[in-house]
Amino acid sequence: MTTVLTPAAPAPPVTPGRTRRLVRRVASPWTYAALIAILAGSAFPVYWSFVVSSQTTEAVGSVPPVLVPGGHLFENIARVFDETNFALALGNSVIVAGTITVSVVLFSTLAGFAFAKLKFRGRTFLLLLVVATQAIPTELGVVPLYMMMADFGWAGQLQAVIVPGLVTAFGVFFMRQYFERALPLELLEAGRMDGCGSLRLFWHVALPAARPAAAVLGLFTFMQAWNDFFWPLVVLTPENPTVQTALSTLASGYTTDYTLVLTAATIGTVPVLLVFLLFGRQIVGGIMQGALKG
Amino acid sequence: MALTLADRRHKWDVKLSPFGFVSPYFLIFGVFGLFPLLYTAFVSLQKRNLLDAEGAQFIGFGNYEQLLFHDPYFWNSMGNTVSLWLLTTIPQILFALGIAHLLNRRLRGRMFFRMGMILPNITSVAAVTIIFAQLFGRDFGLVNWVLSWFGAGQVDWQAGTASSHTAIAAMVVWRWTGYHALIFLASMQAIPSSMYEAATLDGARGWQQFWRITVPLLRPQIIFSTVIATTGNMRLLAEPLLFNPGTAAATGGSDRQFQTAALYLYEQGFTKYDFGYSSAIALILAVATMLVAGLSYLVTRRIQTD
Repeated sequence: MTTVLTPAAPAPPVTPGRTRRLVRRVASPWTYAALIAILAGSAFPVYWSFVVSSQTTEAVGSVPPVLVPGGHLFENIARVFDETNFALALGNSVIVAGTITVSVVLFSTLAGFAFAKLKFRGRTFLLLLVVATQAIPTELGVVPLYMMMADFGWAGQLQAVIVPGLVTAFGVFFMRQYFERALPLELLEAGRMDGCGSLRLFWHVALPAARPAAAVLGLFTFMQAWNDFFWPLVVLTPENPTVQTALSTLASGYTTDYTLVLTAATIGTVPVLLVFLLFGRQIVGGIMQGALKG
Repeated sequence: MALTLADRRHKWDVKLSPFGFVSPYFLIFGVFGLFPLLYTAFVSLQKRNLLDAEGAQFIGFGNYEQLLFHDPYFWNSMGNTVSLWLLTTIPQILFALGIAHLLNRRLRGRMFFRMGMILPNITSVAAVTIIFAQLFGRDFGLVNWVLSWFGAGQVDWQAGTASSHTAIAAMVVWRWTGYHALIFLASMQAIPSSMYEAATLDGARGWQQFWRITVPLLRPQIIFSTVIATTGNMRLLAEPLLFNPGTAAATGGSDRQFQTAALYLYEQGFTKYDFGYSSAIALILAVATMLVAGLSYLVTRRIQTD
């Protein structure tokens, strides 16, 4: 997973003597029609996956294809949990994504705080190193990383997925940018005067101030960790999968039961969908200002 | 004047704590991020099989020679990667510009539409590919059913090069267009309407304004999106792997018709356990990615600004 930041938005020339008004054209019915059509296209595959998961297996092979939900959703869900190890996969994904999210947020806040507000030798150089490492696709090191995990005896186990994900360059940089803007130095100096050590300063002043940014970082980290596919596929076994690798195993049987596979896909999408419905505003905002990519 | 204990502790705290704060990142990244990356270069110079760790042999540039001069499958995978790059990047950017343009109006339910556009991006690549593989099925697929209204025959999407590339490109474009649209929208909103008013006075109409004002002013975002789309495409793996799951999964179709370079890396490393060869592919792919990203940077930088 790579994360990159956009360059700043262009500063458009402002005509002197004129207020910079941002009056936008009112949307016509055609605009709404076009947007709704695009929206339908965006949502359709996810919707259709849900439709199939509520149908019987026979209905999937019918012409014309089924387009409305049927009444077999719970039956299919029960089948997924009875016939596959999807419950284990869900549990594993919760552990993996949960641990990674907490750790990335904590360590990024810690390092971001140091980079933004504390002085130390080599600070600029180290920060540059963090930014530079953002650009490197981790897929490239996948073979030696696998060799390391095999040496540690971690291959096939969850820590092989968790440990390399515990920190991200993007997180450090993101939190640094936030602290730079949002945490006034006076507040820290006041804390120092009261005799706070650096750690207490972090815990009692910086961490509470970081809450909004940490929440956005946490959302994105969770979604990325939940959806991560390549590395878990390489290092885990079908006996101990995450949701995503379980899906790939389900889909690659000799005779694939599509209702079963798509029901599993639907179940696996529900957690991110819930996060999305609850925090969509922050997610959209995060993308629009920070450009996060999974 | 001797320093008190508290003073001394304070001095050490200020001096050392920052290193303590940044060290978790550098420790974990160093061991699990940077080291494997550098070690790839070393492994790529070896003949090394996972199942025979003792038998690792240093063979210099042997893997590279084999790849570049004697391996048609490698070149096939590179060709597929480039083909998918063209089929995904250009539509993504163009559609995203159009959608951002539509969203950049006074709109009721703004947040609803924005969230709808980004919905594809939050769904997992595994789920998306499995769903699309169904939609593009030969016998009962929805796409073929729709095509049949227009009298088009039953396309076997997985079978051909052009058809499979089209289907895979559709997944990538579907998943990423909304993301780029939101990036474009953010900077569109910073363009003052006075610029459009002036253009209207000069007689420029809708489309002209869009191509002559909006697009040039979005140049930095277009460059960014193109480079992101390019680097993302160069490591395309999950889509071709899951598009036709089963025995021919890692080969990207029965005839390698949609095997990407990243998938070839996976095939060599993790189904044939040829770690040396796989590492060499990784390095060549890294260089190729930089070249292609540089190329797309140069192309997008030429967007007119007058």
